[in-house]
Amino acid sequence: MKPRVGFFDFTCCEGCQLQIADLEEEIIGLADIVDIVEFREVLTGSAASYDIALIEGSITRNSDEERVKDIRKRSKILVEFGACAHLGGVNKLKNLRDETAVRREVYGDAWNMPHLNTYPTRAVHEVVKVDAAIPGCPVNRREFITIVKALAMGLPPKLPDYPVCVECKKRDNVCLYDIGMACLGPVTRAGCDAICPTNKSACEGCRGLVPDPNKNSMRDVLAKNGISLDEVFRMFTMYAIDPEVLP
Amino acid sequence: MSGPPLHIDVHHITRVEGHGNIRVDIDDGEIKKIEWQIPESPRFFEAMVIGRHYTEVAPIVSRICGICSISHTFSSLQATEEALGVTISEETEALRRILLWAEILQSHVLHIGYLAAPDFFKVNSVLPLIATHKETVLLIIKLHRLANETADLIGGRTTHPIRTMVGGWTMVPKRKELETLRARFEEGVDDTKKLAAVVASLSPAIPDFSRETEYICLTEPASYAHYRGMIKSSDAGNAIPLSGYRRVTNEYIVAQSTAKWAKFNRDSYMVGALARFNNNHEALTPAARSVAEQLGLRSPHFNPYFNTLAQVVECTHALEMCADLAGRLIDTGLTGENAPVRLREGRGVGAVEAPRGILFHEYGYDDRGICRSANCIIPTNQNHANIQHDMEKLVPLFKDFGKERLQFALEMLVRAYDPCISCSAH
Repeated sequence: MKPRVGFFDFTCCEGCQLQIADLEEEIIGLADIVDIVEFREVLTGSAASYDIALIEGSITRNSDEERVKDIRKRSKILVEFGACAHLGGVNKLKNLRDETAVRREVYGDAWNMPHLNTYPTRAVHEVVKVDAAIPGCPVNRREFITIVKALAMGLPPKLPDYPVCVECKKRDNVCLYDIGMACLGPVTRAGCDAICPTNKSACEGCRGLVPDPNKNSMRDVLAKNGISLDEVFRMFTMYAIDPEVLP
Repeated sequence: MSGPPLHIDVHHITRVEGHGNIRVDIDDGEIKKIEWQIPESPRFFEAMVIGRHYTEVAPIVSRICGICSISHTFSSLQATEEALGVTISEETEALRRILLWAEILQSHVLHIGYLAAPDFFKVNSVLPLIATHKETVLLIIKLHRLANETADLIGGRTTHPIRTMVGGWTMVPKRKELETLRARFEEGVDDTKKLAAVVASLSPAIPDFSRETEYICLTEPASYAHYRGMIKSSDAGNAIPLSGYRRVTNEYIVAQSTAKWAKFNRDSYMVGALARFNNNHEALTPAARSVAEQLGLRSPHFNPYFNTLAQVVECTHALEMCADLAGRLIDTGLTGENAPVRLREGRGVGAVEAPRGILFHEYGYDDRGICRSANCIIPTNQNHANIQHDMEKLVPLFKDFGKERLQFALEMLVRAYDPCISCSAH
């Protein structure tokens, strides 16, 4: 029997789910290996339990926390789907500021209405046990297929354990530091085929830190290129990378 | 007339972007409640960009929406460029116009084919249609792929563009790439006509419903405005400059929604493909106009369900515009030169027609290029009140047809607006 898969979205832009529609003809192939039983954005219907639950988005409210805990109970494997689920994503920019100030700025005098209440953003693994993650903002469609295939076959999915720089060099790109830009490629987990630096756009760290990042080397690169502390802080906070890596 | 109680409670309506609920309570023939509710978690983007450098603002706000990230990027870049006094080149603007049309095509095809079509065929998703209507599904996929590959080639990536920046582009496409694209745009125009023929054959399934409202979109002389322009309302005589956008949107907060609502001259207004068609149809290309005719769309059209059909018309128009813009860029050649940026204190407003309607961004920057204020008004914010008012007119008309038909009509109504709900709770 094909594994029964559900997709769920929390606080996010739903752009990772869109990558599935963007598989174009390959969607037909995906439907051959898994049985999509719940996927609110494109399908009417729901299910009582799931072999694989893909969770998109961060958790920012008590009601969402209860909902994800309930999905966890009804799922064999729970996967963080995209940067918001995996890292908290750009949603964690909110956590850098005072929660009340943030609410007042956006909702003005109505800031304290109960339905507008949220708490500081959390990644999914900060709320429930997670079995795997598909990183990226948005996720890489090829990697998504590879991971879902592995999970469907009962294998542990494997993410690259080297930095984006490796993929960037393979693509023969000029290092962005050599043309006066700052980039998080040296410490970010690969798997995106260095798409941003290949397009002359700095790596923003959306896939999270590579395991055991070379902090000394990163500090040297930042210092050698005269990147200001302000800039370093902004780079690392875009996708909530652990500030421990900061120089 | 009294009758059995009728209760509709659609929790998290399916086949729309984001989370919305429909509640209807009818007891003893009396309508007690009709509510379009938005329970989406508030996201606080306008507060998240405060303190960030001007170069980071567009990449952050792009994440407001996975479907219309290009529109958010361009509204944002326009606002920042105005604040900093940056004037982009004609080449930059032409490439932005192609990329924005590509997003409109991508989003419309997604909505027509994947989200709305199952309603017409009475199935739960596009998946069963692979077996029963394979040719139509493949046509939809082909157009969707063309839109996405255009975004890949010009924006660097399908969702959340990476070649876009204040003043221009990190990289521009090669001439050869544009030539290939142009040929595909031309072929795509014919594909949209085939799509229109399929949709025309389904249109008898559209509910017979009409409610005149105020229609608002961008306007630009002799153009079906999408990248630039002033604000046009079907209720107002003169176009309003972008700087006056708050006078149009008048956002307010209601207890049934975490997303703000908007109104201008009436209790609600509509934005999106039907609003653009109603206000700007004269500027459509001849092929797009003939598609409109084939679909039975005549301006002004007051049936909100026809928004999906207006999207079909815009698919044809979008590809014709793309072919024309690509042709002009091929003729002039691409330089890849960007406009210089000098920091200064300033404030700016930007607006584009996103797939779902007019989208405003406004920022204030200090003299170090740090963002000090932000305001984003999303198309779906502007449509929520109109959906509510449509429901209030529709329920009394449809309630005697029974729960199933009423609920179907209400869900189909929401889908016709193609709402981007998580976007609206930005």
